Amino acid sequence: MRIVIQNRSQLPIYQQIIDQIQAAILSGDLQPGTLLPSIRGLAKDLQISVITTTRAYHDLEQAGLVQNVQGKGTYVQAQDPALLREQTLRQVEAGLQAALDAAKIGQIPPATVHEMLDSLIAAGGDDHD
Amino acid sequence: MTERLNVLGLAKTYPEFALGPLTFDLPAGYIMGLIGPNGAGKTTTLRLLLDMAQPSAGEFTLNGAQTADARQQARDDLGAMLDSTTLPDVWTVKDIDDNMHRLFRRWDSQQFMELVAQFDINPKTMYRRLSKGTQNKVNLAVALSHHAKLLILDEPMAGLDPIARDELRQLLQAYIQAGDASVLLSSHLTDDLAQFADYLLYLIHGEQRFFGETDTLLNRYLLVQGGSSELTAALEDHGLGLRQTSVGFSLLLPTTDQALAAGLVTSTPDLDTLMIYLGKRGEDHA
Repeated sequence: MRIVIQNRSQLPIYQQIIDQIQAAILSGDLQPGTLLPSIRGLAKDLQISVITTTRAYHDLEQAGLVQNVQGKGTYVQAQDPALLREQTLRQVEAGLQAALDAAKIGQIPPATVHEMLDSLIAAGGDDHD
Repeated sequence: MTERLNVLGLAKTYPEFALGPLTFDLPAGYIMGLIGPNGAGKTTTLRLLLDMAQPSAGEFTLNGAQTADARQQARDDLGAMLDSTTLPDVWTVKDIDDNMHRLFRRWDSQQFMELVAQFDINPKTMYRRLSKGTQNKVNLAVALSHHAKLLILDEPMAGLDPIARDELRQLLQAYIQAGDASVLLSSHLTDDLAQFADYLLYLIHGEQRFFGETDTLLNRYLLVQGGSSELTAALEDHGLGLRQTSVGFSLLLPTTDQALAAGLVTSTPDLDTLMIYLGKRGEDHA
């Protein structure tokens, strides 16, 4: 399991943990049933406060991504494919909305945005993440 | 949840200085940072908690002991290091190790000698011949070597280079990992603290400005920056620690007033920045 914390990021540390664990679960890198590091162990490993890791795990549990089993630890939950697709669609929509907002500020006409999207799709869309 | 410290209205009045009333608690298994500018009352607070000074008002429970007598009985459970802590002048590390058995039932020779090696302390040098910084490391090693349930440490990071600070941070995080022991430490190295302290107690001029989770303090304010013409009367009124230069201004704005900063550059302040703006003389509310 890989978690990288950036201290100078404007993103709060607990959010960085949530994002990375969520991405690993949704991509399948973390399989259902996987035991995550303990809250206290993770805090020590990342040199951050226990409250920060507690909050990250709590939010992941609220989102249905992990489950805390009292006295045993925190496990990755099996994900509902329809829910996953819904979340992915929302991410795509947010990205497209950001592109449209930028286009509006720069007065780029919608036709040009369409062309750019088409050429990105034609290029395979995999040259960056 | 077991509490290592429970402090209620604790105050100390000197002719020239008043501290408190302080009210806070520290649950078992967490780290609390005590922060504030020089003269804020940090060391006085720690001395009160160590029963080295009598409070003028208030009370506190430490490791479950409510009175000074009970706390004296439970002295084993408390590990302390203050700048004023001293050991007999002629003792070497070996003498300290030999004698601490009598003071502390759970004295851990192996742990102590490991820390002495890790802190690079010459075990053959008499205490009085050690530099002040090394004496502090000896005191810190003692505090960490008797399986205390609460550590009270005054500026343990002071005088340490970045590598030693990192090692100490790891030691303290390992110390609380099992969830039973807690650490209360004062420090000026607030960026360090902001990262690994679960709770903060923030004092200015003897007054408790904040107690709570570290993130709560950091999220309470926004750092707002803009050009001179963008400084409105409302911003000046609600902002704290206003700084103005020929090219613009900056101030701290309570997050609840963030609508006033629409269109300006805002960011979450780090703890140093927060303390600089809040500590600016003439500012009166936190």
